Amino acid sequence: MRRTTKFAAVLAAGILALTACGSDDSNEPESGGDDTSSAAPTSDIKVGMAYDVGGRGDQSFNDSAAAGLDQAKEEGLVSDETQESEAEDGEAESAREERLRTFADAGYDPIIAVGFAYASSVGKVSEEYPDVHFAIIDDQSLADSANVASLVFAEEQGSFLVGAAAALKSKTGHIGFVGGVEVPLIGKFQAGYEAGAKAVNPDIKIDVTYLTQPPDFSGFGDPAKGKTAAQGMFDGGADVVYHAAGGSGGGVFEAASEAGEGNWAIGVDSDQYNTADPSVKDVILTSMLKNVNVAVYNYLKEVSSGTFPTGVNTYDLSVDGVGYSTSGGFVDDITDQLDDYKQQIIDGKITVPTEPAK
Amino acid sequence: MGLGLASAALALLAAFAITSLVLLAAGDPVGDVWAQLLKWPEQRNWANIINNACTLYLSALAVAVGFRMNLFNIGVDGQYRVAAFTAAVVAGEAWLPGYLNTAFAIICAMAVGAVWAGIAGVLRASRGVSEVISTIMLNFIATYLVAYLLREAAVKEEGSNQIATKEIPEGSWIPGIPFGDFEIYGFVVIAILCGVAFWFVLNRTRFGFDLRATGQSSTAAIASGINVKRMTLGAMMISGAVAGLVGLPIIFGESHSYGSTFQSGLGFAGIAVALLGRNHPVGIALGALLFAYLDEQSNPLQILVGVSPQIVAITQGVIVLTVVISYELVRRYGLRLEQREVARALNAERTAKAEEVSA
Repeated sequence: MRRTTKFAAVLAAGILALTACGSDDSNEPESGGDDTSSAAPTSDIKVGMAYDVGGRGDQSFNDSAAAGLDQAKEEGLVSDETQESEAEDGEAESAREERLRTFADAGYDPIIAVGFAYASSVGKVSEEYPDVHFAIIDDQSLADSANVASLVFAEEQGSFLVGAAAALKSKTGHIGFVGGVEVPLIGKFQAGYEAGAKAVNPDIKIDVTYLTQPPDFSGFGDPAKGKTAAQGMFDGGADVVYHAAGGSGGGVFEAASEAGEGNWAIGVDSDQYNTADPSVKDVILTSMLKNVNVAVYNYLKEVSSGTFPTGVNTYDLSVDGVGYSTSGGFVDDITDQLDDYKQQIIDGKITVPTEPAK
Repeated sequence: MGLGLASAALALLAAFAITSLVLLAAGDPVGDVWAQLLKWPEQRNWANIINNACTLYLSALAVAVGFRMNLFNIGVDGQYRVAAFTAAVVAGEAWLPGYLNTAFAIICAMAVGAVWAGIAGVLRASRGVSEVISTIMLNFIATYLVAYLLREAAVKEEGSNQIATKEIPEGSWIPGIPFGDFEIYGFVVIAILCGVAFWFVLNRTRFGFDLRATGQSSTAAIASGINVKRMTLGAMMISGAVAGLVGLPIIFGESHSYGSTFQSGLGFAGIAVALLGRNHPVGIALGALLFAYLDEQSNPLQILVGVSPQIVAITQGVIVLTVVISYELVRRYGLRLEQREVARALNAERTAKAEEVSA
C-alpha cells in the first residue's frame, strides 16, 4: 500500500503544480484578445461559425467558408471575437444542436452553419432562439423560417461549363467523373457535368464512380481512393476526369499526372490550380468554382449594414456564385464557347438538370 | 471493493495529470479547460448526457456479453446500424397500429442484429475464423448494404440535401420522460431493464454460468460438459440482439427516421465503455455517463474556451488507458497481498506443527 500512496501523492502534487501554472497561462490570451479589439475599433457583430466535418484547414468546402469570414473580419465588418467550432464524424444530432445553442447562449449572432448536415438542427434551434439569426449553407429546406438565411449554389451550372470544357478538350471522346460520397448534393455536380459534356458531344462516353456511401463520409478526404478510381478511368481510355470529392481530389490529380501528356483533371470548389501540390498543377485543366466564400462574405456584409437576410439566396452563374477557373491558361482557346454556354444558361435558354439521369 | 475504488481514483488522477500535460504542450489554457470540464452542467445538458449515455450503455452491454465469454465483438458498430435501419423501415411502413408497430420493429431490429452477429458466430464455431476479423469485415459490408438500401428506401425532402427513410407515424414514437423542463428518451427504461437482465442472466442462470466458465477456460468448460460451439454462437447472437437496440432510442425518441446523418461509431465507443465499466452493468452505466459527459463538453470547450475538439477525444482515450492500466496494477497488488497472506498462514501452520512435533 505504501507504494501506491507514494505514487498518488506524487501525482497529486504534480497536478496541483500543473493547474497552478495553467491558470497563469489562461489569463494571458484573454487579456491579449481584449487589447487587440479595443485597439482597432471594429464592429460588435460576433459571428459563430459551425463547420462541417473537417473544419478549417480542409483545403476545400470548410476552408472556403472560412475565407469568407476572414475577409469580413479583415475589413472590419464583423468583430474579431468570432468563434469557430467543427463537427465530428458521425456525431449525434444533439451534438449539432448543442453547438448552435452554445453559440446562441454565449451571445453569438449571426450563427453560420456550414453544410447540409445542420439542416434539422438549425430548424430546431432557430425556433428556440427567435431573436438570433442563422445562415445555413447548401440547404433550402428552411426557406420559410423568419430568422434563417439559406445560402445555396447552382453547382450543376458550374459543372455544366467544366463538362463542356472536358468534352471540348477530350481527344478520345471518353471522360470521367469521381464523386466523393454518393449524396444528392454531389449528384448535382454529376448531372451538370454530364449535361455539359453531352451538349458538346452527344455521343461522349462518361465513366462515373463514387468513392464511399453515407454514413461513411471518408470519400471527401481519402486521396488514395481518389487516385485508384481515377487511374481506373485513365487506364480505360478516359482523358479528362472531373472530381467532386473534396480532399480526395489530390489523388485524382496525381493519377492524371501519372497518366502522362494529354490527360487532364478538373478541380472543384476553389481554383485548385493555385491550391494543389505544385507537382500536379499542370494537369488541372480548370476548376469548377463554388464560391462559398463569396456567399459567406456577402451575407456578413449585409448583416453588418443592419439587415439580416432571410429566405433562399441562390448563388448561380448570373451572380458569379459558381463558375470555372482559367488559371494555367489551358482553356484559353475555348473560353468563347464556354462563355457562350454560360450566357445561354443565364438567359434561361439552357436548363441544367440537378439530378443525374438514371 | 476498497481496492476497486482505489483503482478508479488512481485512474482518474492519472488521466487528469496526463490531460493537463497534453493541454500544456498544446499551449491551451489548462485552468479554463478544467474549470469548464468540472462545471456542473445545466439541466438541458444533463438531458443530453443521459440520452447519449443511454445509447452508449446499450452498446457497451452488447460488447460486454461477448467479453464475458472472451469473444471480442468489434462488430457492434455494423450490427446496430443494420438493425436501426431495419427498425426505421419497418416502423415507417407501419404495418401494425400504434405501439404494436413499435414492438414489432424492436423485435425485428434485435433479430437482424442477432443474425448479423450470428454470421461471425457461425464462422467462429464451425470454421474457427477469428470473430475479430469477421466482425470488422461485416462492419464494412453493413455500411455499404445500408447505404445501398437507404438510397432505395429514401424519401427526399424538397430543398434538402439529406436523405432519410419514411418518417415513423407519431403513434409509434416512444414518448420521452419529463426531466425538468426537458425530456429524456423513454428508451432509458428499456436500457435499465437490459442492464438488470444482463446481471440476472449472467449471475443467476445456468446459461450465464456456462458463459462465464467458457470465457475463463474453454478446456475446463469442455471437460465439464459445456457445448462450447453452441455457447459461442449463442453469446454472439445475444450480443448482436442487444446491439440491435443501440440505435433505437434515437430512431423512436428523436429522429423518427434513419437518414444519412445518423449517428455512427457508437459500437466502437461501446468497446471503450465496456472496458471502463469492467463488463459490470453498474460499472458500464457509470462509464457511459462519464463518456457522455465528456462528449457534451466538446462544444463548450471549443466555443467558450477555444480548444480543439480533439482534446476531448484525447481525454477520453487517456481515461480508458489509465483505467485499464490501474485495474491491472491494483489487481497485481491485490494478488501479491493475497500471496503474502497465504504464505504467512502457511508459515504459521508450519511453525505450529513443528512446535507440536518437538513437544
